[in-house]
Amino acid sequence: MIQTNPGITDSHAILPNGSGAAALLAAGIGCFALALLAIAGDTSPSAKSLLIFYRPTGPLSGVTTVAVFVWLVAWAVLDQRWKKRTVALGRVSAVALALLGLSLLLTFPPIADLF
Amino acid sequence: MEFTARGLWTLIHGMGFGALYLLACSGALVELTRHYRRDAHAPISRGDDIFLTVYLVAMAALAWATVLTGTYIIYPWYRAVAPLGTASLAAFPQLLLKSNAATAAWHSIGMEWKEHVGWLAPIATTMAAAIQIRYGRQLKNHPQLRAAVVSFVLAAFFAAGIAGFFGAMLDKHAPVEGGSLIRLSQGESQ
Repeated sequence: MIQTNPGITDSHAILPNGSGAAALLAAGIGCFALALLAIAGDTSPSAKSLLIFYRPTGPLSGVTTVAVFVWLVAWAVLDQRWKKRTVALGRVSAVALALLGLSLLLTFPPIADLF
Repeated sequence: MEFTARGLWTLIHGMGFGALYLLACSGALVELTRHYRRDAHAPISRGDDIFLTVYLVAMAALAWATVLTGTYIIYPWYRAVAPLGTASLAAFPQLLLKSNAATAAWHSIGMEWKEHVGWLAPIATTMAAAIQIRYGRQLKNHPQLRAAVVSFVLAAFFAAGIAGFFGAMLDKHAPVEGGSLIRLSQGESQ
């Protein structure tokens, strides 16, 4: 998936796409984590109680906080690895968009209730 | 003309941050698809570039403000538990909706979807803003990246639209009301 990019020193040269790919894939991972955590909070009583970070908001506080944390960590790690590289963006964006599409579907209660 | 403090917060959340975010989505989509296409004839000026950067950062801020006010200010009022012996459920929207079979689905589908799907918008929009900050005018040289960013902004628009639609419908059937009364003007009764 990853191709190395020749070193670019000219500030007007085309930037490698790795940094953008990292942001894209991390966003897909963060959205998907949110959907999975929402399902876990709904289906498992122990997960539900673990996800209560702020009692007035209930498990939604933990679902969203953990998802944001997963997103930011994934972004930092991927960016660190890819920022100076040119990656196969078609495959990365296909995976990111698939994760985003799944997140939209899995947050829909009639689908989430199947689990 | 008066409203309650909780009603004011729902206005700030929905009509303020949320509606502004939804309006802004169309502008971002037009800008990204028209000016930043590789085959677009007009060059992107430094001013255009700064404009889109500020625009996307403002959109991300609006998206975060919407979900944070919704989750941490309004949602606790929505899901509050009524004390034993409460005669009226008007101050407990979730219980009010669930108490009637005709309105229960507004909670079980509407709120259950809205509370999660809305959070996809700030994640997607922050990513779009970060890519614009990093690449700026160079986004024109990365058509696949630009197409993916447009797709994420479109999905964020859809997610925010779902959240906005259900927010409006929930407020219609079981408004979040209470707290101190804010009076704007005093009319004459006839």
